[in-house]
Amino acid sequence: MVEKYKRQYGSGLDAQTYLGQNYFTVDRSLIPDFLRLLRDEEQFDYCVDLTAAHYPKREKQFDVFWILYSFPRNERIRVKTQIADGESLPSSFPIWPTTDWLEREVFDMFGIKFTGHPDMKRILLPDGWKGHPLRKDYDILQQDKEWVQINLGIESGQ
Amino acid sequence: MIDRQTSDRKTPDGKTSDSALPNAIPSLTSNLDLEAPDKPYLDSNELILNMGPQHPATHGVLRVILKLDGEKVLGTECVIGYLHRGVEKIAENRTYTMFNPYVDRMDYCAAVSNGLGYCEAVEKLLNVEAPPRAQYIRVILTELQRLASHQLWLGTHALDIGAMTPLFYTFRDREEILKIFEKYCGARLTTHAFRIGGCQYEIYPGFEKDVKNFLAFAPPKIDEYETLLTSNRIWLERTKNVGVISGKDCIALGVTGPVLRASGVKWDIRKAIPYANYSKFDFEIPVGTNGDTYDRYLVRMAEMRQSLRIVEQAVNGIPEGPIMAKVPKLIKPPVGEIYHSIEAPKGELGYFIVSDGSTQPYRLRVRPPSFVNLQALDLMVRGALVADVVAVIGTFDIVLGEVDR
Repeated sequence: MVEKYKRQYGSGLDAQTYLGQNYFTVDRSLIPDFLRLLRDEEQFDYCVDLTAAHYPKREKQFDVFWILYSFPRNERIRVKTQIADGESLPSSFPIWPTTDWLEREVFDMFGIKFTGHPDMKRILLPDGWKGHPLRKDYDILQQDKEWVQINLGIESGQ
Repeated sequence: MIDRQTSDRKTPDGKTSDSALPNAIPSLTSNLDLEAPDKPYLDSNELILNMGPQHPATHGVLRVILKLDGEKVLGTECVIGYLHRGVEKIAENRTYTMFNPYVDRMDYCAAVSNGLGYCEAVEKLLNVEAPPRAQYIRVILTELQRLASHQLWLGTHALDIGAMTPLFYTFRDREEILKIFEKYCGARLTTHAFRIGGCQYEIYPGFEKDVKNFLAFAPPKIDEYETLLTSNRIWLERTKNVGVISGKDCIALGVTGPVLRASGVKWDIRKAIPYANYSKFDFEIPVGTNGDTYDRYLVRMAEMRQSLRIVEQAVNGIPEGPIMAKVPKLIKPPVGEIYHSIEAPKGELGYFIVSDGSTQPYRLRVRPPSFVNLQALDLMVRGALVADVVAVIGTFDIVLGEVDR
């Protein structure tokens, strides 16, 4: 499988294994075609999780991960890509409907927008909140003071 | 008594007037728009109804906005986040050991399972394995926790639907499990039973006897729940063909756990990707056929019995040996990332940890089963009645601590 896709995509794709877990590092341009291929050709029919990580010092600040599982193959795989701040990703909602809330959570926590998502809005934090808490430059004690004062009527949530 | 003559606002010359005031002030217009008689004042077709966040049947602070046509549900939208505490952010600011008790606060009805998932994920990252004795203790406590979680689910789910007695029965019996937890680690709810690398505590004298007593105590109690519900006419009416979801839809929506199995997909991580010694135990995966609320009930009832089966095998075979693997005092996993998941009582509970080689996780992601399962609510209640929404929320067995984290 790995050889086949390496031939097809060349340098845009890299396959690695760490502690027995396989993952692909793919170029952003291959999303979502590569994901669709994994579902249709390789039977990865279940998207376990979708998440991201923030590296503020890097040029491409975000790592986005898809954790996939295949029921017929009983195999788990990860797909990883890098995007810059402000850049958006095509939504994988048409491929796996489960990514609906997962993408909304990534947007809520990191500010990564997914184009083509039916309802791209915050999910865990209130709609008017400013900032994305899982970014590394967002301090653990930081909060949207203005929102707290207006909506909760208290000086601080701390 | 109202004088009809005056309330009809007749002017002396017999014509109806806009205003009862003698000299009508032109700017004094009504907000009710009474001039347009064709406008329907009440739209009788659609009604937006708010359910929660403070509602006894939403199992916590879940808000569901229902779009109704009479009693029929046209669509739903879940509003969540009322219990959001930023667990993943906290993890980035704590060491691996310090974060361990926090995971108990996510699915607080199954704290032991949460702890097992986290400890195993970090162990995998460190490339160590807990010694066999610790694995057996873990399996016993986790399976007891699964049973306790299912009992809590059964009691509250039945209460939502209108059967109050099972609640008292299940809480009475759940108490016996919590007593074992309390004796083992001092806590009943947020247990923090396991440590990275094994278990903190050796089993107390009489632990095996307590567990064996429970094994004799529990099966007749489960039979008792079944006599109350399984062939109860009201229960059947309220749960059969309610909230039906197909196996294919479950997979597409990422629904796992008993909900997936009740739809006929025989998949359990304990069998598919075995962890914590589960491959050594003999048990079955109960599956349903219809994927309705009743099948999910049957699957969970069968799972309770299977859990007891696992506990019985484990308690009779606890090996001798150490309970902690050799783990450094200061946990510093090498750079890398790991995803590890376990079969929690609610479904697939996963931990995705990115390590940058320091003492704190660079990124820790929890894949909560309740959060992902709850997405299927909309599909399952469309076209159903309002009362079925309550049944379907109950059948998911969601815990809002885990949905919101």
